[in-house]
Amino acid sequence: MTAIKEVVNRFGKEEALLLQVILAVQDADPQNHLSEEAVNEISREMNISRSRVYSTASFYSEISLKPRGMHIIRICTNAPCENANKASILAAIKQELGIKIGQTTTDGLFSLESVNCLGACYMSPAIKIDDAVYGDLTPEAAVAIIRNLRKEYQNEQNA
Amino acid sequence: MNKMLDDDQIFNISPGRHVDLDHHCQNGGYSALAKALAQGPETSLKEISDAGLRGRGGAAFPTAEKIKMLRANTEKLRYIICNADEGEPGTFKDRFIMTHIPFQLLEGITIAAFMAGASEGYIYVRHEYPEAQKILRESIEEAERRGFLGENILGSGFSLSLKLFSGAGSYLCGEETALISSIEGKKGRPRLKPPYPTQAGLWQKPTLINNVETLANIPKIIEKSASWYRSFGTPDSPGTKLISLSGDVQNRGLFEVPFGMTFAEIISEYGGGAKTGKAIKAVNIGGASGVLIPPEMLFTPLEYLACSKTGITIGSGAIFVLDDTRSILSNVQNRLRFFLHESCGKCTPCREGLRQANLILDRLLAGEAVRQDVSTLERYTRAIQEASFCGLGQAAGNSLRSSLAYYRDEYLASCRDNKPSFIEEETA
Repeated sequence: MTAIKEVVNRFGKEEALLLQVILAVQDADPQNHLSEEAVNEISREMNISRSRVYSTASFYSEISLKPRGMHIIRICTNAPCENANKASILAAIKQELGIKIGQTTTDGLFSLESVNCLGACYMSPAIKIDDAVYGDLTPEAAVAIIRNLRKEYQNEQNA
Repeated sequence: MNKMLDDDQIFNISPGRHVDLDHHCQNGGYSALAKALAQGPETSLKEISDAGLRGRGGAAFPTAEKIKMLRANTEKLRYIICNADEGEPGTFKDRFIMTHIPFQLLEGITIAAFMAGASEGYIYVRHEYPEAQKILRESIEEAERRGFLGENILGSGFSLSLKLFSGAGSYLCGEETALISSIEGKKGRPRLKPPYPTQAGLWQKPTLINNVETLANIPKIIEKSASWYRSFGTPDSPGTKLISLSGDVQNRGLFEVPFGMTFAEIISEYGGGAKTGKAIKAVNIGGASGVLIPPEMLFTPLEYLACSKTGITIGSGAIFVLDDTRSILSNVQNRLRFFLHESCGKCTPCREGLRQANLILDRLLAGEAVRQDVSTLERYTRAIQEASFCGLGQAAGNSLRSSLAYYRDEYLASCRDNKPSFIEEETA
């Protein structure tokens, strides 16, 4: 929990920094989420009521209150991607991971989420994995990206 | 990438090319800031006013008028906010400005702050654009090191402290008062206007909020004059517009287009027209919050006045093409679900109206609806548009309204009682 204190000290305790603190705490979390303990700690450190922290955190779709995987796969659901055969990409990813949107794989490696427009309509269908956007996707290409990430993780574990 | 304008355009965005600070300065960058600081805010503001620059985020409010409202305010502490919460489906222009020509944007923000008398500012960038955030963070630091930002800019005595603020996934935060709430650490819900942000914005202080594209226009106008700027576009709509073109066209991408071209010309000359063997069925203009128009209306020019006369909302400048293989109803539902997800829930017409409209579309798409449902949907659309608290709900109905007007047959064809005998029975 000292990590949260460090984040708060780095940003400052002003109310205006609440959202930035929440994002930084979530980024530092191995499970990519804002835990109840983290909400309590932020509330104590910034002297902002827990309900306020929770109210802000729960409003935004990029903040998760439940644990997520190491990699977050976001599939764009808007019209340009929808028309560019998003459905086949989603089906391939679901099959590869064995999970639905909103779920995390049992090994804790991947979470699957939907996102409202990635601003990548010029290369639809697009998905975003962590900070990287992949466009002009085919189902095969999407599966290959996921397998590569899994292989990278396994290599790191074996190293 | 731009066929219709020469090199001497406003944005000069080429795919794959990032203009760094040195290149920006070599291309005349930061000469506008020096000029603005030397000639003073009033002269610079007159140039922007003469150029006829209007907001490029969607509302098209005259930029100089907004700045004048801040200048008329007696409060000394004023803020500037660059609205980079680009979340409009189909739109990706601001992303390209931030990642390709960040210093043109920073220079525009600095000049706008100088004209408005703002000393503190934020660039509010959506969380979904991490690479744009990274580039802007680094660019802000570099501009500060070189004396283009921060304390005593270029030795003029003018100072601007500019920070990057990350959104966290909310389309509604693109609405200016919701954006302000978000920076203040709250839920991104809209406030009642008036007071407008120019009167009481961030922390109740006068605040200038402009879209990325609007601000990035400013250095070029100051550098090259209002009359140069007016050499592009039309008397009603001077300059150029960045168009995010996507959907069923040969070439998708970002194009800088002079105002005055028709939508048909834009789609054929930049987009290469419909895909081989296909015809255009409908075009969505202005993103998800825009309208859906039939091909006959594509001869309308990209011009604020001409578009408002025909009911077209230029909005963010997104053009999304649907060919004859597409279903209007499922496309409308896609947009409706987007707004349903993004509605903050504060007001009933938006929260409940969109939910009910979505249920009717479910029934229509399942072939279970009756003609009466189409009339009900029209009624709900009016309520959503007319009674919603903020722009989200008001604009959410655009797609519904326009599709009900131009593609009513497609709605009716989905109804199970769409047979003459049923109608007679009903009205009998």
